[in-house]
Amino acid sequence: MTLAQGAIAEIEALRIKYPSGRALLLPSLYIAQKTYGWLSPEALRAVARHLNLPEPIVKGTATFYAMYKTKPMGRNLIQLCTNVSCMLFGAEKLVDLLKERYKVTPGGTSPDGRFSLVIMECIGACDRAPAMLVNADFHPGLSEGNIFGILEEYK
Amino acid sequence: MANYLLKNIEDPRSAEISVYESKGGYKSLKKALSMEPKDMIDEVKKSGLRGRGGAGFPTGMKWLFAAGDPKFPKYLVCNADEGEPGTFKDRPILEKNPHLLIEGMAISGRALQAEYGYIYLRGEYPEAKNILDKAIAQAYEKGYLGDSILGSGTRFHLAVHQGAGAYICGEETALINSLEGRRGQPRIKPPFPVNKGAFQKPTIVNNVETLSNIPLIIEIGAGPYSKIGNPECPGPKLFSVSGHVNKPGVYELPMGTPLREIIYEHAGGIRNGKKLKAVIPGGISTPVLPPDKLDAPMDFTSMPKHGSMLGSGAVIVFDETTCLVKVTLRAMKFFEHESCGKCTPCREGTGWLRAILERIENGQGRPEDIQLLEDVSLNIAGKTFCPLGDGASTVVINFLKHFKGEFEGHIKGDYSYKAATG
Repeated sequence: MTLAQGAIAEIEALRIKYPSGRALLLPSLYIAQKTYGWLSPEALRAVARHLNLPEPIVKGTATFYAMYKTKPMGRNLIQLCTNVSCMLFGAEKLVDLLKERYKVTPGGTSPDGRFSLVIMECIGACDRAPAMLVNADFHPGLSEGNIFGILEEYK
Repeated sequence: MANYLLKNIEDPRSAEISVYESKGGYKSLKKALSMEPKDMIDEVKKSGLRGRGGAGFPTGMKWLFAAGDPKFPKYLVCNADEGEPGTFKDRPILEKNPHLLIEGMAISGRALQAEYGYIYLRGEYPEAKNILDKAIAQAYEKGYLGDSILGSGTRFHLAVHQGAGAYICGEETALINSLEGRRGQPRIKPPFPVNKGAFQKPTIVNNVETLSNIPLIIEIGAGPYSKIGNPECPGPKLFSVSGHVNKPGVYELPMGTPLREIIYEHAGGIRNGKKLKAVIPGGISTPVLPPDKLDAPMDFTSMPKHGSMLGSGAVIVFDETTCLVKVTLRAMKFFEHESCGKCTPCREGTGWLRAILERIENGQGRPEDIQLLEDVSLNIAGKTFCPLGDGASTVVINFLKHFKGEFEGHIKGDYSYKAATG
């Protein structure tokens, strides 16, 4: 496959910002991920071809970073922080509740494909702990009482 | 002291350029355009400003090294990858006061004769990405960025580069690799980034808060600036306070404000009338302190004298109900996950420490585990490219130093230490 025209246009618009083509790799991976939902082997190959980089370099870079998804994701991505400040306010209990309600485990996807869950290492919301990102939306101040109400909005 | 870094952030439109300008914003840049670059560097050097990312390196020195390198172009990179657990101090600048940072970078660019700047922003702050992109576009429109800032001939271009969830990229050489489109693994030093950094060119990496101090130094001058807080490392400082306090949040206070004042006056003291058990003063990698160290002034020179470090100024407070073995374990899971894998002592050692802590927490600890934790920690410290391994080691060594009884209690099956922490 080749990258979608829209993705190519978005990548090319960034070229002026960098003195090297290689520096386009991280933003290109984001753009491909946004376009296809995840970075499939085909998507990685298409990025490699477009940037004229060896495929192993592209794959090796993509797999280094936690926020690039090299396996299929559910329709919505829950990124929940359980680091120390969030842990103090019950983040681990929230993970258990998500498991129970949606049958989703950390690193996995619910059987109905609605949610994927990723445990985060501090998302800089320690004063409003626990906190999560759902897709690109930030939700601080979580509790057992409000988390399902928030997630209800994501179908 | 009136807020400077967090000035005006209660205004819901504080990120708008018109609001920023109406409060005196971009005046320092205008002033800087009439100053000689070398005088600007001298001013920053005399101000005593030290880097706010955690290491506390004198900013003026770093700038001198970079300015002294004859290679061009030079790159100015803002480290907005704050990932040290407990740290959220740069967030209000990025989201609510982005023009302060942009102004600071434009001024710094002139001082350093760096014509290109990047804000390396952590992937976990998607809102900040949109806010910064918009603010940068506004600054271009108004002529504060571009080929000739306000017609002065000074050139400075600025772009946001988004990270993708790797704590290690807060380390400057890993950050540079990540900016270049590589795996975010640290480089060996020397060469230092000021001589050979991004794209092989002299590169100055400064923290968000550091760069946001620059307009103030230009505005009031090095003399008055150096009188704010501790004269050995002066200036306003952002403290992010979390954990068991009544009013967690980011507080702007003079450098050297005692830990006790931060926790009890500004953050409202311990929640639910509980007693303080421990405090991590500068982010998870800094040594934990027991309650008898609360009079320590929070600055780069005082904290080491009290057995810890200022780090990023991220204060994490634990009340008497907290299980500190569990805290140590969670911290170690973090280090294991974030170790980039390059250096064996860190890659393997963090996993071993996590496994030992896990069995202690799960009631399967062995009497020799305490010694083993210490041995493994000491075999990581100082044996790695970057300070991530040292951080992991520090956590274990210092929790054991002050709270060994709690670890021993877990091993003996005495859970009187263990409390309800979820």
